[in-house]
Formats: sequence, structure tokens, C-alpha cells
Amino acid sequence: MSDSQLSNNNASLFETLGPELARRRRWRVVKDYIAKYSVGIGGVSVILTIVLIFFYLLYVVLPLFYSASTESVADYPVPANDPGANTRLLALEEQNEIAVRFTADARGVFFQATSGEIINDIALPLPKGVSVTSFARGNGPTDLVAYGLSDGRALLVKHKYTLSYPNDQRLITPSIVYPLGKDAIEVDDYGRPITQLAFRDDEEGTSLVALVGGNELILTHLAKEESLLEDEISFERTVTTIADNLKSVKFMLLDKEQRNLYLADAENNVSHYDISDKQAVELLYRIPVAKSNVRITAMTFLSGELSLLIGTSVGQISQWFVVKDHFNKQKLYQVRSFELGDSAITAIAQEQRRKGFVAADERGDFGFFHTTAERKLLIASVGKAVADIALSPRGNAMLIQDQSGNLHFWKIHNEHPEVSWSSLWSKVWYESYEEPQYVWQSSSASNDFEPKLSLTPLVFGTLKGAFYAMLFAVPLAILGAIYTAYFMAPKMRRMVKPSIETMEALPTVILGFLAGLWFAPYVEDNLPGIFSLLLIMPIGVLLFAYGWQCLPRRIRQLVPDGWFAAILVPVIILIAWFSLSMSHPLELWLFDGDTRRWLSVSMGIDFDQRNALVVGFAMGFAVIPTIFSIAEDAIFSVPKHLSFGSLALGATPWQTLVHVVLLTASPGIFSAVMIGLGRAVGETMIVLMATGNTPVMDFSVFQGMRTLAANIAVEVPESEVDSTHYRVLFLAALVLFLFTFLFNTLAEIVRQRLREKYSSL
Amino acid sequence: MMRDWFKSGQPWIWMTASTVSVSLILVFGLILLIAVRGMSHFWPKELVEFSYTERSGQASTLVAEVHDTESVAAERLRDAGFKLTGDQAFYTRMLLKTGNRDIGGQDFRWIVDQRVLQRSRPENLVAIERREWGNFYGYPQSIKEKGQVIVDGEAVALELAKRLSRVLDIYKQIHKVEKGTIGAINYGMERLRLKQRRLELDGDDTAANLQMIEQQRAHYQREYNALQTKLTALYDDTNRDVLIATIANGQVVEIPLAKMVRVYYPNRMSLSEKTGFYIAKVWEFVSDGPREANTEGGVFPAIFGTVMMVLIMSVMVTPFGVVAAVYLREYAKQGVLTRIIRIAVNNLAGVPSIVYGVFGLGFFVYFLGGNIDALFYAEAAPAPTFGTPGILWSSLTLAILTVPVVIVATEEGLSRIPKSIREGSLALGATKAETLWRTVLPMASPAIMTGLILAIARAAGEVAPLMLVGVVKLAPSLPLDTNMPYLHLDRKFMHLGFHIYDVGFQSPNVEAARPLVYATALLLVAVIVVLNLSAIAIRNHLREKYRALEQ
Repeated sequence: MSDSQLSNNNASLFETLGPELARRRRWRVVKDYIAKYSVGIGGVSVILTIVLIFFYLLYVVLPLFYSASTESVADYPVPANDPGANTRLLALEEQNEIAVRFTADARGVFFQATSGEIINDIALPLPKGVSVTSFARGNGPTDLVAYGLSDGRALLVKHKYTLSYPNDQRLITPSIVYPLGKDAIEVDDYGRPITQLAFRDDEEGTSLVALVGGNELILTHLAKEESLLEDEISFERTVTTIADNLKSVKFMLLDKEQRNLYLADAENNVSHYDISDKQAVELLYRIPVAKSNVRITAMTFLSGELSLLIGTSVGQISQWFVVKDHFNKQKLYQVRSFELGDSAITAIAQEQRRKGFVAADERGDFGFFHTTAERKLLIASVGKAVADIALSPRGNAMLIQDQSGNLHFWKIHNEHPEVSWSSLWSKVWYESYEEPQYVWQSSSASNDFEPKLSLTPLVFGTLKGAFYAMLFAVPLAILGAIYTAYFMAPKMRRMVKPSIETMEALPTVILGFLAGLWFAPYVEDNLPGIFSLLLIMPIGVLLFAYGWQCLPRRIRQLVPDGWFAAILVPVIILIAWFSLSMSHPLELWLFDGDTRRWLSVSMGIDFDQRNALVVGFAMGFAVIPTIFSIAEDAIFSVPKHLSFGSLALGATPWQTLVHVVLLTASPGIFSAVMIGLGRAVGETMIVLMATGNTPVMDFSVFQGMRTLAANIAVEVPESEVDSTHYRVLFLAALVLFLFTFLFNTLAEIVRQRLREKYSSL
Repeated sequence: MMRDWFKSGQPWIWMTASTVSVSLILVFGLILLIAVRGMSHFWPKELVEFSYTERSGQASTLVAEVHDTESVAAERLRDAGFKLTGDQAFYTRMLLKTGNRDIGGQDFRWIVDQRVLQRSRPENLVAIERREWGNFYGYPQSIKEKGQVIVDGEAVALELAKRLSRVLDIYKQIHKVEKGTIGAINYGMERLRLKQRRLELDGDDTAANLQMIEQQRAHYQREYNALQTKLTALYDDTNRDVLIATIANGQVVEIPLAKMVRVYYPNRMSLSEKTGFYIAKVWEFVSDGPREANTEGGVFPAIFGTVMMVLIMSVMVTPFGVVAAVYLREYAKQGVLTRIIRIAVNNLAGVPSIVYGVFGLGFFVYFLGGNIDALFYAEAAPAPTFGTPGILWSSLTLAILTVPVVIVATEEGLSRIPKSIREGSLALGATKAETLWRTVLPMASPAIMTGLILAIARAAGEVAPLMLVGVVKLAPSLPLDTNMPYLHLDRKFMHLGFHIYDVGFQSPNVEAARPLVYATALLLVAVIVVLNLSAIAIRNHLREKYRALEQ
């Protein structure tokens, strides 16, 4: 405000009358209020926004840990026109609107899942005079079922749903199709009734395993042959006898690759056959899977068909899969087991798109489980013994048939079963792995993929990177801070400090780019030089210092105290040049001309070009200014009278520094290191560019790693919103947030304490 | 004596001094490295013709720029199958840029120095920058116009320059039509489509309304057709001339002038010509768009995107940061709570930037953006308008990332203002708001400036969060153009920092792109160092000013 304005104000003040003045004053008060409240609101809202970050991350992460829930939608008697026939298969379609049951008298009955109202009842075309003797279901997504017939043949049918949108309304039309033709396929050449059946079908062919004549097990394989000229498909049929004196077969499972056949018998043994060669089937082994006082009451595959789920009469469900042992021999192992209750398990249904399943027992209890996460998500009950379960393809609805002939339709909310404390942080035994491991492998093209969401290798990588960075940065930064704050000439200090602090603002993308594209190849080429540099540098500096000491005083006095750092610059450049130019001769002399090969051949150490050494240097470079600046402040602001006192008592400057100054400043140095660590932990671009980003758990300095931050940067853009993967990545961000926030708060509190202490001194 | 020396602690002082020297060497070495590599890229390199014996023993002729030399252990070369004469422990090898990627498949190769029989620098070697396939190196022979040879021999150089400038002129026109006029028409058509969809959604799709839209569309279509004919004519015109040249191994190739960007004879250039060339290249670098998957050409869109994003961010971060600081320092009761808030704000500056990126993506893009789309841009569905990463969300995310910087700096400035000034103002009868507005804030303004500059410096160098909330490797259009409403906050943009990452690490031809990455890095470093130094200068100036006041 200028003078003229003031005089204007005065003039108007004199000219105006009382009321005008009062109004003006009121308006000023109002303005003051407005300012007060708007600043208040503005200030608080900015602070709230900052708090919002934490709560938003938490809000996205929390659903991971919710349990599943279900709600009963409808109960109704089994929809059928002839109530006598047993249900052999229940299934729900994708939209949870229509269900189907295939009955023992070869009918496919489609009905409304919510009401039980029959939509279509189709009698399957059985040959004349033939009856149904067995039944088998195909693997989930193909919706295939097969009937084994009394004349040694089998009929394959598929339930199919077509979507259409007449009048913008979704309409689902169910139908039954016959992928291998309406005629039944001949399975047994001798026409014996099929009493047990298992089959799988894919683009290459169909395999059917049938128990005929009471104890003979045969494999019939139809290999598809497409002729180039015609559209017609013909089959080449082979029949092989697998075994001809089987005592009892309770369950038969054939996997979708049509390579493995598992038989469970009444003595609780599972036999594993290798049927990859359709003409020479081999029994691999036969092992007991339950104790003699219990019975196997249910058996099915987990999705992906690599694991068996075996339910027993005491309410246990165990997961088994084939693992190769040390002699490269395959064997089934019990990997984990779950308990539902203490009644016999009567039905198990696997989820089609996840590694979860539902099991139900004789008491009518059912439970949701997830194998990888080892989670029991939910237990509920339908009240009566359960006969069969159908889980919808999306796993969000199910249909249960109890043994007294009623159907129960339930809705399921089970969004993130894959995540548990153990699946995130502990070793997990994944399918087809030899042993429990920490693995991060979040996505794959296939639907049957078992997501491996262990954060441990990422946290390990983060800490490894931070460790090597600190190893490089802490000594350099703190010793540098000591010299700059305590010994350096003020004039030089005024130049040195800003230039090192400017380094802090250097974009890390540039450091990462230099580290990845210039430094990493350079290190690979000059490995002996880099290591000899670390060795020669201190010795060289000491030698020079001693030499300096021996110079005549006249020459020494040319350089004032506190300029040592300046005269050392050319010395260090010389030493560096010397040891780096020694690199190639050293390599030739000690490591046969190729250090990299020497490392892997003689030492058994693998060498990645982009490794922890490179990251350590680059990220160390990025945190040096942070640590330097804070530590230097802490040392510099130690009250001068403390050190003067010590010096006056006869201590050397070095003694004063170690015993007085550093001791007083140590909390400040500690907080500098903490803040530096926080920065190293969260650094993204350098790690992204200077490491190979492979999530390995190897502490070797010559190996890369994948850190939490880099992992987020790589995977978040590709993850589907609100999927488990997305939320787990948010969890990783939350972990980073909390970690750095904690360290920084600690450092900040220490620093504030220190400041108070100084001011009281 | 040695013992006394150790006892005195001198050696340790020297050791600490050496760490300072090492840090300084690292800082300046790094900046020097970037500067040298970044600036030398634009200098025209001489073309050398080598007679070389290949590994197989065959003789070959290579024309190339020498990019790098290094010494390799003889062992390694012998392992790789080279027959070497002599028994040196080390041999030199050179990295050559042989260009002609369309013919040889690769434009870089290593050769062993010892196997070079002869080298020369023929004056008539030409280097041609092309729109695709990288550089061409060879000997020009003749120029054909519509299949007829017009000139050959020495006269080619002059004629080529003349005809190339004509083609480049036509190209400028084409570019103007394609990007400017046709771009505007396409934009208008898209807006018409959205308008129609909007009308349908609102139930206003009456015959009259629809007809109006149809008329406008027909109008655009007519304009478009006219331009299209003009473009076709222009394109035909560019294809008139063709250069016939031979490459090192004698093969004859034809290069249409339409495919050329720049032609020069590096071995013939004088120093002043080279300087002119250098300046032209630097200008191209900062003013042109990228070519060939970002490995050639300039970085103008990236500069523009960076500046634009930082500007939008500053507009948002300054008022909020200042208000928060004023609240904390002037209005809030000083107690445990404000202390906690201060610690929290301080710490937020240390939270990894990627966490802000994740927050920005989840909250701004998917939550806010998704809701904005549902409310206001229903006609564009299912294509997202704001529900996808873009420049607005990037700026907002970086604003949150940098707001602690502004708060801390402003608070520091406010705390430095002597109490007596506030009290004086209040004593004269000013209200608190008036005191704040007329005395305190103006005095704190340099501190606010410092905070803002630091925030900008940090934002300009930050890449990790942007990768999640809006940066792309190649944006089809700038966020600011001549189409209504001029500023397109929903668009994605290019960014210098991301450009470095993308070209350096995601590029198919890293070797060719590397010098350009150094140049981009240099540009970014320069911007940030200048910003930081100015912040430091302002801070120092400010301290001096208040020191005087306090006395």
C-alpha cells in the first residue's frame, strides 16, 4: 500500500459521516472473518488431502482381507417331470440364470436357477434297448458330460447357452449339442457294460477310460484327423487295456492333458498311470492317501487339473499333486489339508477360474477354501446331507442338492480368496514346484494359472538394493559431512554444499539411464578395475597425505587448512585413472582375460550385467546428497563452545571431533541415515532401469533384483481394476508408504529433540 | 614420526577430505559426462571408408562413422573366431555406425582395428538423414526426374540441395494441411458424433436437430475431400525426384527425395559449415517432433508436455500450499496437533513418488475420472474421457507430491518475518487478514517463490508416478492446440524424463537412440539445475534481506 492510498483513506475518513464509517468497519470485520474461515478450511482440506492418501490406499487394500459371505436365495424341490430319476450332474451357466441337471435316465433338464421352473427337458438319444450304466463329467469350461452305456458305448453331450439381446433384454437360450455326433461312441470292443467312466476331450482328440466287465480297465482314444480337402473330421481309434484284474475302483480322474490317470480304490490307495502313450500305458506307483480307519468319500481335480482334492469320511480335504523328487521320479505328495467338520465329505466342487473349492458334508455343512492361500473362507450349512454341488463358472453362485431331494440356490461373495498372510509372506508350495518357495509371478496368459503373490522376494529385493546403496552412500556422505562441517574452510564450504545439494535434485531417471546404459556395461568390462579402485583409493590417499606431511613447511603453507579436499581432487582422479587402466592387464593376469567367465566357471557365481553393484552405486549416488545435507547440518550446528572447550583442554582436532562433536551430533547423523534409507527404499526409476527386474532371492552383489517400487511401476498399468492383483499392488504401495513414513517420522522426531538439546546448551 | 602422525588423527582428516573430493568428482564428472555426450551428438562426424578383412577372411569395404573405440583382450577376440597376427595382449576395436539399415539390416557393428587394411576419407561421401531406416551413407551418382537422369557427376551436390529444399517446402505444406486443417476437421467430426450421441441420450434427437448435424457433417466432408485431393497432388509432387547412389560395396540404390530430411558431405565441410550444421541440428532437436520411434528428430512435444504439466501443477499447488502454510503458521493454535501435522507434512516429502502415482491412478483416474465420465461424458462411453490417465491427473498427482515442499518453504518464510512487523500493523488498526495480505505475504513472497521453484524442479524430474497417470511414449496431439476449447486436459502427453526412460530402455534400436538420450538428459539436467540454483539464489537473497530487517 502506498502513501497516496493512505492519504486517500484519510481523506475519505474525514469526509464520510458516522454510519458510512461504521458500515466500512463492519465490512472489514466481515472480510477478516471470511479470510479466517477460508484459510482455515483451505488449510485443513490440504492437510486432509494428504491424510486421504493413506486412507484411500487402505480402502483399496482392505477388501483383500474380507472373508467370503453367502446368502441363500431360494430353496425348491428338484425340478423334474419324473421325480424318481437321480441327478448325476448339476451345473450353472455363466450368468447364474439357468441351471441344468443330467439325470440317471439320460435326460437333460434345464431350469431357472432362482425358481426351479423347468425351461426345457430333453431326452438324450440313447440307442434302443440300452440303459445308462455310468456317468462322467468333463473339465469345467467345456461343459461336456458323458454317459456310459450298457452296450459298451458312451454318449458325449454338451450343454450350451447362447446369449442374445432381443429388445435390449438379455436372453439366454440353453441347448444340448453333440460334439462327437449323436451316435454313441464305441468304447469297448466286446460290448460290455461300462460301470465307471472318465473322459477328456480337446482339439487333438478324446480319451475315454472305462471300467468294463467288472475288473477290466480300458483306454479308448480317438485322435482327430482333419483332412485338408474336406471339412469333415475323422477319427483314429485305439483301444488299450490298462489293467485287467482291478479289485475296486471308487474314483477315476483323467487330466485334461490326457496324460495322467488317477484311480482311487476302496483300500485308500491312489494309483497313478501315465497314459501319454496311448498304446503303452504305465502304472507309475500306487500309494496310500488316507489312514486305514477312514474312507475316501470324494475326489476331484483342482482347476488346472494338476492337483487332486481328496475328501475323507472324517471331514478332511487334502490337496495332492505330483512332485519330482531328487531322482527325477514323479510322486504324489500331500501338500496341505483342510478341515470342514468331522462328518464325511460328500461333495467337492472346484472353482473354474481360481484355485479354490467348495466342500460339503453329510451334516449339510459346506465350506469355501482356497488352496494356495490355505484359507478357510467360510462355513455355512444347508441343514441336510449334501448330495451334489454346482458352482457357477464365475464362482459367485452355487446350487446344492441335498439327499432329500431339495435344491438350494446360494449367492456367494468371494472376491479375493487368493490372499492371506501366509500367501503374501511365507513360503508357499505351488503346483508343480518341488518345494515351498517365495515366488512373485502375478500373471500369465492361461486361466488355470496359479497366481504367486508372495511379497517376500520384492521386499527382499527392496532391502537388498537399499543395503548396497547405503553401503556406498553412508561412508561417503557422512565422512564428507564431517569434513565439510568441521574442517573445511568456510569459503570452500559455501561452494561445496550447494553443489552437492544440487545433486539431490538431479532426476533419478537420468541416474538410472546412466547406470543401466553406461555404467553397467562399463562395470562388466572393467570389473577388476572397479574392485582395485575400492582397494587402492584409501591407500593412495593415505600415501599422498603422508607424503604431503613430509614436504617442507614452506610448500605446505601454500595451501591453507581446510582446502585438503581441493588438492585431493587431482590426486583422486589420478588414482582412479590408474586403477581403471590397470583393469585389463589385471584381468588378463588374474582372471584369464574374462572376469565374467572366470566368476561363473571358477567361483560358480552368476553375473548379471545389471546387478546390485550397479544399483548400489547409482542409488547410493542418489542418496548421498540427502544424507550429506542433513548430517552436515547436524554437525555444523553443534555449539562451537563445546569443541573450543575440548581443544582448550589439549585435545587434538580429531579427538575433539570423535569424542565431542560426533557424540553430540550422533542423533542427527542417525536421522540422516534413516531419511537416506527411506529414499533408497522407495526409489523407482534407478532400480527399474539398472536391474534386470527379476524377483530372485539372492543376496549376491552380481545379481539383480526386483523391488516393491519397480514392481508397482511395471505392473500397475496392466492390472485389472479391483482385481486381486491390483489390490495386492496397492498393498505393496501401502507397505512402502508406511515403511518410509515410519522411518522419516522417527528421523524427524530425533532431529527435533536434537534441536531442542542444542538450544538448551 | 609415522606413529605420531597417525596419533594426531591427521590421516583420518585426510580420509574424510577425500570423501568430499570423491563426491565432488562424482557430481561434476556426471554432469560433464552428460554434457559432453549430449552436446557432441549434433556435431557432424567424418565418414571413413575402411578396407576390412572380415572374420571369414573375405575382404570388404565399409563406409561409416566411428562412434567408439575400446581395447579388448586378445583372448576374447580369438574365442570369437578372429585370426589375429602378432601377439599383443590387447587389440583395439571400433564401433562403427554403418547406417543403411534398410540394406544391411543393422546400422552398428564392431570391427577390429588390426584387420583394417586401409582407411580414407573421400570428399564425395554423402550422409543422408532419412524419414525412415536411419542414415544413408554412400556416393551420390545422379539425380533422376520422373525416371530421366538430369545431372550426374560433380554437379549432383548442388542440384540435390536445390531440389531437396523444394521437396522440404512441399513437405511443410503437407504437414500444415495434415496436422492443422485435417486435424481440425477430424476433431470437429468427432465433436459432431458426440453431440449427436448426447442428443440421443437426452431424447432430443429430433429431425431438425439431426438434420443440422448432418449439414455440418456434410460441410466438413466437402472440405475434407477438397483437402484430400490437394494432398494427393502434393504427395505426387514430392515423388518427382530420385537420387541414385552407390554404397560401400558398390551396390546401386535409389533414394526418393521425398524420403530425405537432410543431406550433407561431412568430409567436405569447413568449420563454419559444421558449426552451422550443429546449430541447425540443435534447433531441430528442441523444435521438432520425434521420428523413427523416437530415435531421431527432436523432443519438442516432450518439452511442451513437461512445461505444460508443470504449469498446470504450479497453478494448483501454489494457492493450496500457501493457504495450508498460512493456516499452520498464522491461524492454527500452536500445540501438539500442529507439531504432528508439521512432522507429517515434512515426512510426506520423503514418501516414495511411486506411492503418489498409485494413489493418483486409483483415486484421480479411476475414481474421480470414472465418476466425471459417468456424469458429464456419457455420450463418449464406452471410451473414457477423464477416466483414463491424462495431463490433468498427472498435474494433480504431482501437485500433491510437491505440496509439502511449498508448505515447508512458505512456513519457513513466514517464521522468518519478525513479530514486530505483524504487531505494528495490528497496532495501527489493521485486521488480521489485512495484516496478512498487505504485509506478511508480500514479505514472504520470495520464500513462496523458492518453494514453488523447488516444487517445479522436483516435478520436472519426476517420472515414476507419471508412468501411471498420463505419460505416453508418443502423443498424437499436444494438450494445447487451436481447436476449441484449446486446452485439452484429458489428453495424454509426452515428458522429457519419460522420454529418456522410453528411448533408452524400450527402444528397438538402443544404440542409435543413445546419443539422443544423452542430449535429452542434458536438456533436463540443465532445466533442473538452473531452477535449483535460482531457488538457492532467491533463498540467500531473502536471508540477507531479513537479516537487515531484524537489526
